[in-house]
Amino acid sequence: MSLLEVNNLEVIFALRHGDLVALNDVSFTLDKRERLGVVGESGAGKSVTGFAVINLISKPGRISKGTILFDGKRLDRLSEREMRHIRGNRIAMIFQDPMMTLNPVLTIGTQMVETLRAHRKISKKDAAKIAIAKLELVHIPSPERRLAQYPHEFSGGMRQRIVIAIALLTDPAIIIADEPTTALDVTIQAEIMDLLLELCNTQDMGLMLITHDLGVVAEVTERVMVMYAGKVIEVAKTSDLVASPMHPYTKGLINALPGHGECDEENRLQQIPGSMPNLTEIAPGCSFHPRCEFCQDICTREVPELRSLAGMDERKVSCHFAGTEQMQ
Amino acid sequence: MSTPIVKIENLYKYFDISGGFLEKLQIRSGKISLHTTEVKAVNGVSLEVASGETLAVVGESGCGKSTLARTVMGLYPPTSGKVLYRGERIDTLSARQMLPYRQRMQMIFQDPYASLNPRKSVRSTLEEPLRFHRKKISSKEVDERLAEVMEQVGVNPAWRDRFPHEFSGGQRQRIAIARALVIDPEFIVADEPVSALDVSIQAQILNLMMDAQDERGLTYLFITHDLSVVRHVASRVAVMYLGTLCELSVTRELYETPRHPYTQALLSAIPRVDGKKQNHIKLPGEIPTPIDLPSGCVFHGRCIHADERCKRESPQLLKVSDSSGSLVACHGVAEGRL
Repeated sequence: MSLLEVNNLEVIFALRHGDLVALNDVSFTLDKRERLGVVGESGAGKSVTGFAVINLISKPGRISKGTILFDGKRLDRLSEREMRHIRGNRIAMIFQDPMMTLNPVLTIGTQMVETLRAHRKISKKDAAKIAIAKLELVHIPSPERRLAQYPHEFSGGMRQRIVIAIALLTDPAIIIADEPTTALDVTIQAEIMDLLLELCNTQDMGLMLITHDLGVVAEVTERVMVMYAGKVIEVAKTSDLVASPMHPYTKGLINALPGHGECDEENRLQQIPGSMPNLTEIAPGCSFHPRCEFCQDICTREVPELRSLAGMDERKVSCHFAGTEQMQ
Repeated sequence: MSTPIVKIENLYKYFDISGGFLEKLQIRSGKISLHTTEVKAVNGVSLEVASGETLAVVGESGCGKSTLARTVMGLYPPTSGKVLYRGERIDTLSARQMLPYRQRMQMIFQDPYASLNPRKSVRSTLEEPLRFHRKKISSKEVDERLAEVMEQVGVNPAWRDRFPHEFSGGQRQRIAIARALVIDPEFIVADEPVSALDVSIQAQILNLMMDAQDERGLTYLFITHDLSVVRHVASRVAVMYLGTLCELSVTRELYETPRHPYTQALLSAIPRVDGKKQNHIKLPGEIPTPIDLPSGCVFHGRCIHADERCKRESPQLLKVSDSSGSLVACHGVAEGRL
C-alpha cells in the first residue's frame, strides 16, 4: 500500500454564481521515499491538490468527493484537532515565498522551537538542539549563532533553506513543496534543488513537488503527473514523460520550451493556441479540446478517462487518441 | 560595423539611499561630516546594440540589468557616462528635446497586470501614444492604425472597448506590445517580457515578438533572467554581475563555450528537461551588497579561480580570440589560466 493515496478527489469552491470545480476526479499515490512532481500552468489545480492533502482548503472551498488515505488514515475525515497532529508533523509543507512564510518579527530560533513544541513535549533547550541539527542539515553555516537572527538578516536562498529546516524539524514522512524555487535566482534554485534531492535520499522522506517548471521536475522527481484545468491528464515516470509525452497538452508544453522543442525554419517556437480556460467555463468533453490539434468529434462530447496504455507500466493518459495512429 | 542604433559608454548609475540631511550626518573621529550611502547599481557598462539585432542582458536579481534598461530609455539620468542613439547623445536632453526619440524607442514591461492602466480601455491605452506623438492625426487614421496593430499582435480589434481585467495575462501582454508598436518604433527595450507568463503563453509572446521584429526590422534590448529564453531569441548576450559586464558574446558561442567563471556557473544552473543530470557549479557565499562593492573583480569573493590580482585590480572587458569576438572581463581568462 502506498503511503499516501488520493482517490477521485473533487474540490469545489461555492461561488455566488454557482460551483467552481477546482479539482475534478484527481487520483494519485505517493510511496515512501518517492519523489512525485505535479506540473501544470497557473490555474491547473496543482496548489489546490497540495492544500487538499493537508486539509487546508478554506471556505468557500470544500472537498466534496473522494478520499485521502495517509498511512491507513482517512485524512479527509479527520477533525481539525486530529489533523493538527498530521499537518506540519507527519506531512510538512514548503511554500513559494520564504519571506511570506517566515514571521518577520520573530527570530529563526523562536520560530523553530515553537514549531517543535507544538508537536512534541520537549524542553526549549532540547528543541533548540534539534533546530541546530536541522539547520546543519540544510547547510547553514554556524547555526548556533544564526538561531538568534531575524528573517531579514538572511538572503532569499538562505531563507528558503530555513523554511526547509523548519519543515524537517519533526522528521515528516512527506514534504509538499509548492513552487519552492520559483522566487529564487537560477544559481540559488540549483542549490535548493540539490538540497531537496539530497534530503530525500538521506532523511527517508517522500516529496510532492508542485511546480510549473518542467526543468525542475525533470531534475528532481522520479514520477510526474501533469494537470490541466483541474484534472490529471497524464501520469508517467519523469524520464518517460519528458522523452515521449503522450497527451497532446504535455507534448505542446514540452515543445513550447525555448531551447528544447523543435523549431521551424524561421526559429519560431511551437505554440499551443489559446490559453487555459477559466474554471467556470470548461468546455464539455475533453477540457483541452478547443486547443487541441488532434480534436475529433468524440472529444467535444465525451470526457476521456485517465487510462493505462497497453505495454506501458506506470503511464496513464486521459486522451481518446493517445497512443493511436491519429496522433502520429 | 555601421553606427550602432544604441551605444552605451562607460555608464554608471548610483542611487542615493541615505535619506534626509540629518540622516547623512555622521560623527567620525570627533568631527561631524556629511556621508552619503549609495547603491551602485550599474558600474561602468559599455555596450553597443546593432540595428536589427536582439541583444539580451542576463543576470540574477540585483545585478543592475533593469537599471541599465531604464537608464538607456532615459527614465533615469545616468550618474556618469553616455547614452548615444544613432550617434546622438540623448542622456543630457531635456524632456522636450527627447520627444522625437521617444517615438523611436519604446519599452515593454514584465507584468502586464501592472503596466496597463486598469481604468483605460484598450482603445484609449493604444490611442494615447498615437495622439501624443502625432498631433495632426485624424480619428479615422487612429482607428485604422489601432485595428492594424491589434490584428498584428493577435487581439481581436472588436475588443477595443474592453478593459484590461477582461483579458488573460497573455492577452494583456499582447496589448502592452501593441502599445509599444503603435507608433512604429525602431528600438524596443523589453524588460522581462515573458517572465510573468505560463510556458504555453510564453512561447506565443516570444513568437509574436520575433514576428514583429521580422516585419518591422525592430531592434531589441531584451532584459531577462531566463537563460533558455535568451538562447532562443537573442543574437548576442551580455552577462551582468553586480553592475558590471562579465561577458559579451554571440549567443551560440556563449552557450557552447562560456568563458567567465560566473557565466559557467549560471549556465550550469539551468534545470534541464532532458533529465541528463549535470553538475551544478556551486558558487561559495552570496552576492555582495551593491552598496559596498568588493575591490578588484566584483566576482572574486565567489570565484574558485581568484588570485591576488583579482582582489586588487578590476578586470577590463577584453577580446578573447580574434575569431569569435567574445569579450570577457576576467584576469584568469586574459592570462590564459582558465
